[in-house]
Amino acid sequence: MRDRLFIIIAGAVTGLLAVILVMQGNPANMGFCIACFIRDIAGGLGLHRADVVQYLRPEIMGLVIGAFATAMWVKEFKATGGSSPVLRFILGMLMMAGALIFLGCPLRMVLRLAGGDWNALIALPGYVFGVWLGTLFLRRGYTLGRSQDQSTVNGYTGPFIAVILLILLLTTPAFIFFSEAGPGSMQAPLVLTLGAGLVVGILAQRTRLCTMGAIRDLILFKDYQLFLGFAAITVVAFFGNVVTGQFLPGFAEQPVAHIDTLWNFSGMTVVGIAAVLAGGCPMRQLILTGEGQGDALMTVLGMGAGAAFMHNFGMAGSPAGVSPAGQWIVIISLVLLFIIGAGNIKMRSLSQAKTKAKAS
Amino acid sequence: MSELVDCRGLSCPEPVLLTREALQHEASGKITVIVSNAVARDNVSRAAESMGWQVRVEEDGEDFKLHMTK
Repeated sequence: MRDRLFIIIAGAVTGLLAVILVMQGNPANMGFCIACFIRDIAGGLGLHRADVVQYLRPEIMGLVIGAFATAMWVKEFKATGGSSPVLRFILGMLMMAGALIFLGCPLRMVLRLAGGDWNALIALPGYVFGVWLGTLFLRRGYTLGRSQDQSTVNGYTGPFIAVILLILLLTTPAFIFFSEAGPGSMQAPLVLTLGAGLVVGILAQRTRLCTMGAIRDLILFKDYQLFLGFAAITVVAFFGNVVTGQFLPGFAEQPVAHIDTLWNFSGMTVVGIAAVLAGGCPMRQLILTGEGQGDALMTVLGMGAGAAFMHNFGMAGSPAGVSPAGQWIVIISLVLLFIIGAGNIKMRSLSQAKTKAKAS
Repeated sequence: MSELVDCRGLSCPEPVLLTREALQHEASGKITVIVSNAVARDNVSRAAESMGWQVRVEEDGEDFKLHMTK
């Protein structure tokens, strides 16, 4: 009961902070977007040259550092890694690809919904469908294998990268890119963006908040704990938007969005499958990175690489819609996800887990 | 000596999936699940309790042994 209350509070605070961030300067319906923000960071580092989306987003650094500090405080930090790192990198790329087609990670999807962007109503069933497809692999013994303990240096790497990015943001060296127009040029003040990231990082670490787990656990176990958090984000953001006049319902001309039904749906299907196969939604991957999980960091690095690819080859969605190249990427992503899923089923079984226990 | 299920190092939600499967088929009413992180400890405990089992957590180094009885 106490856990359920806590995750509702965590979701509520996240939704509220998202509304505030937009009011104070973040792009519309984009208080948080893990995919867009990692893409912006990739741009800030010059990994892509789409000059409207280049900015070292402090929300991302805040999430990692907040989770790291919290994990250390409650002694849940543990340096681990080594579970199919290459595949996790690829899954990160595919998660980003799908998100950039829809123009939002699952968190932004619900924030867009809460802002009245009805294109998110198309994307949401696509996401649920993708999560459901992912559970089919899980039920058949899919696993990327066991992670092992790693040296502490491994575990600190993700938080260290976050700190370096923060230093680069603050010192503005000449080789870091800052958008002068477009979404990359829109941000709330640093104290808010970094602060919100830290607060949500802390809350998400404690409550295990995960937009994919919210759907997956309902499907697999009829367990609604994570879903409570997911719903709280949406409901509070909705009321916050209504109260502040930021609720602008419609399909057309929504901010940083397009109306391509098929690709909004299927882009989020890609995200759903990838998130299940990777063991966490984009935000959860950041939190796990803060907890020392090298496997999550591999996924996050893959997301960065995926963002760079998508923009360098003109595959990312835009308010104008989805290019043919982007459409191909969705199809290729689905095929690759199927291969990764199918190629790793039956790698986990109860008999194997019992045998291993006896042997150790 | 209860049945042992090793869930160490597995990603979410695999420890819960294995535990649920084990609990469904365990006739002896005693089983011990080993996990290697706090999230799995919490999720597996909750899953077992929702299936009517009692869970006692024993810390074993950096791992957790969840002793379950029905």
